[in-house]
Amino acid sequence: MAHVGLTHFLILSSILFSFGLYAVIVRKNAVMVLMGIELILNSANINFVAFSHFGHFGWDGQLMALFVIILAAAEAAIALAIVLNIYRTYLHINVDEVNKLKE
Amino acid sequence: MELYDIVFYLFAILVIASAAIVVASKNLAHSAFSLLFTFLGVAGIYVMLGSDFIGVVQLMVYVGGILVLLLFGIMLTNKITSVEIRNESTFVIPTIVTIGIFAAFLIFIMTETNWTVLQPQFPRTTIKSIGTELLMHYSFVFELLAIILLIALIGAATLARNDNKEK
Repeated sequence: MAHVGLTHFLILSSILFSFGLYAVIVRKNAVMVLMGIELILNSANINFVAFSHFGHFGWDGQLMALFVIILAAAEAAIALAIVLNIYRTYLHINVDEVNKLKE
Repeated sequence: MELYDIVFYLFAILVIASAAIVVASKNLAHSAFSLLFTFLGVAGIYVMLGSDFIGVVQLMVYVGGILVLLLFGIMLTNKITSVEIRNESTFVIPTIVTIGIFAAFLIFIMTETNWTVLQPQFPRTTIKSIGTELLMHYSFVFELLAIILLIALIGAATLARNDNKEK
């Protein structure tokens, strides 16, 4: 319970990253895997903003966080469209049972 | 700075607890709603790090956009008639062990490294500086991201379209 510094934010982002990685590896549902990816992107963003705050790097860290958020939005839209197509073909979205590229 | 520490721990507990519910809940809808609190907590963390604009963008894009997209995905890919929206897990125990070791390793790196920490500054507003930087040094990336977003939206609409001609 020391004074909150850079290390606290880094530890928080490490824990968040581990949760996201767990969701990506363990879960069968494709939407759940997407949620894990969002957690991982958020933890990376915390790192960007924390380093930008505690070291005087100007605005680069915050801008990188902004770009990551924009790319996450694009990725979520594309991935959900793919998930909908998988559901239309297989009637489920379990990523460990989807093993064909075409019908 | 005592209040700062308390607020940080509150946000950290909110983020970690809701992220744990996200990955542990058997119900997909519970996971999605818990993800809302994770995003809110992360937005608070951004504000605590002196980047209010990123916090607001986090709220607008993640909570307002991506979370709604994920909820659409959940509702469109599960049968409405089945009350239980379940999802299963595989390889739980080995993954927990591996991720535990990995997380311990990460936290070890983060705590043991001698980071050069300067005195943090809390700017009064970040929007003007970010806007200037975005249109001066990062103008190419800015335009590129606009094109990428356009391509992604067109691609998503094309992929998700229902092709009735073939059937």
